Amino acid sequence: MLILECPYCGIHAEETELHAGGQAHIKRETVGADDAAFEAYLFTRANPRGVHLERWRHVNGCGKWFHAARSTTTLEVFGTYPAQTLTPPDDIRAAITAKHPDWSFEGWQGAT
Amino acid sequence: MKRYSAFAIAREAVRFHSGWERAWRSPTPKKKYKVIIVGAGGHGLATAYYLGKNHGITDVAIIEKGWLGGGNTGRNTTIIRSNYLQDPSAAIYEKARSLYETMSQDLNYNVMFSPRGVLMLAQTHHEVRGYQRTAYANALQGVKTEFIGPERVKEICPIMNIDGPRYPVLGGLFQARGGTARHDAVAWGYARACSDMGMDIIQQCEVTDVKRAGGQVTGVSTTKGDIDCEKLCIVVAGNSGHVAGLAGFRLPIESVALQALVSEPIKPCMDIVVMANTVHGYLSQSDKGEMVIGGGTDGYNNYTQRGSFQHVEETVRALVETFPMLSRLKMLRQWGGIVDVTGDRSPILSKTPLGNCFINCGWGTGGFKAIPGSGWAMAELVAKGHSPLTAEFGLDRFKEGRFIDESVAAGVAH
Repeated sequence: MLILECPYCGIHAEETELHAGGQAHIKRETVGADDAAFEAYLFTRANPRGVHLERWRHVNGCGKWFHAARSTTTLEVFGTYPAQTLTPPDDIRAAITAKHPDWSFEGWQGAT
Repeated sequence: MKRYSAFAIAREAVRFHSGWERAWRSPTPKKKYKVIIVGAGGHGLATAYYLGKNHGITDVAIIEKGWLGGGNTGRNTTIIRSNYLQDPSAAIYEKARSLYETMSQDLNYNVMFSPRGVLMLAQTHHEVRGYQRTAYANALQGVKTEFIGPERVKEICPIMNIDGPRYPVLGGLFQARGGTARHDAVAWGYARACSDMGMDIIQQCEVTDVKRAGGQVTGVSTTKGDIDCEKLCIVVAGNSGHVAGLAGFRLPIESVALQALVSEPIKPCMDIVVMANTVHGYLSQSDKGEMVIGGGTDGYNNYTQRGSFQHVEETVRALVETFPMLSRLKMLRQWGGIVDVTGDRSPILSKTPLGNCFINCGWGTGGFKAIPGSGWAMAELVAKGHSPLTAEFGLDRFKEGRFIDESVAAGVAH
């Protein structure tokens, strides 16, 4: 079972205590965006075979949203971090690149 | 290719079965093909088969990373039905279901199609209204289904407890000509027929890059060398996002794990397929006697072909109320497959930003039932550039807001 540490309450929460919220760091388009930008915002999702950045909610706990860095091929968790950021913090990037030296946030599918 | 028949069995019996030949060849790839299909699952092989049969294109290679039919074709719960709500869905799924009826004869390969009937249970008032609406829609689409009451449900499936208390059975949507088929045999039958037409099935050959020039695909790089092609067709289900990435475009798709499990074999007790969508479970009995149970998907992206244990527990816990006899069964095996899910839960059969590259993906949790129809339509799209069956399933529908919204009407919880 997937276990993630909630960055707010520090609890190592099992998957049943959490709710998966899909891709993190989506650029939310607004008035003035063209059709392609809106399509990307609403439907086109990063679906990497490897490192992924996701939103999770500690739904049966503190109720807050947070982000997790995880591998979709090994289910390894690199770390979790608060949602109030546009990019992953340095310690998360370091934890990922320790295992995947070629990885960069800028090269991740969701970083458009 | 020697035909399979009762006579062939008798002939081989008297000569100690020395005359059976391999069902398909395993050739080394040529330098160039007219069409390369990536993915030798049901959909890819069916596409190749109908390219040859309906359109006379046999200079085709089908490239497979693993082994033939080893992805979702070999991992599903083999349910075949066409009781969808939207017209484009009903058209392609009913085409597929009707092709299943004659597939064994067509391929000279017994796919064990068993039109035993598919019953989708309505266990909330919302579902009752939803399925009544679907039954009316199916009547207009020419798909034979009916909404039946709880007494008839009990009559068709006596092992069911229809009284609840949590999830009483209030009725059901019944498609009498839905059913099951042998999933491996579908892949093997198509592979044998494709090989017989001179197509090359190349297993254990992973595509590592898609070569492009001037907005067109020129070929693929694989673990068995570079292969050129005039047209490329990507049919790789859960890995669609990855292969599309190699070709330089992105898809409105996320890959998640879907699980299934089977019980120990028991005597025949249930001769239909039952889907209980409120409780996220579906159930049928295989010819071997195992109860085949399918569950819901995980909520997060995953490529590992295994899912979370609590989904299995939730599925079985809920099914036990409706099928009390299941509580004493031991489960033999549990497995997962990676399904490619779109925003509107409908597939994508489409041209791509690359002119001569086509993609067939997004079948999500319900691709097996569609294999022949999908292959039929995709072959037409690849050969002619357009097909009435795929017209509504293009990639551009997301940009234009023309969704084929089956997320409520589709078979399982997503």
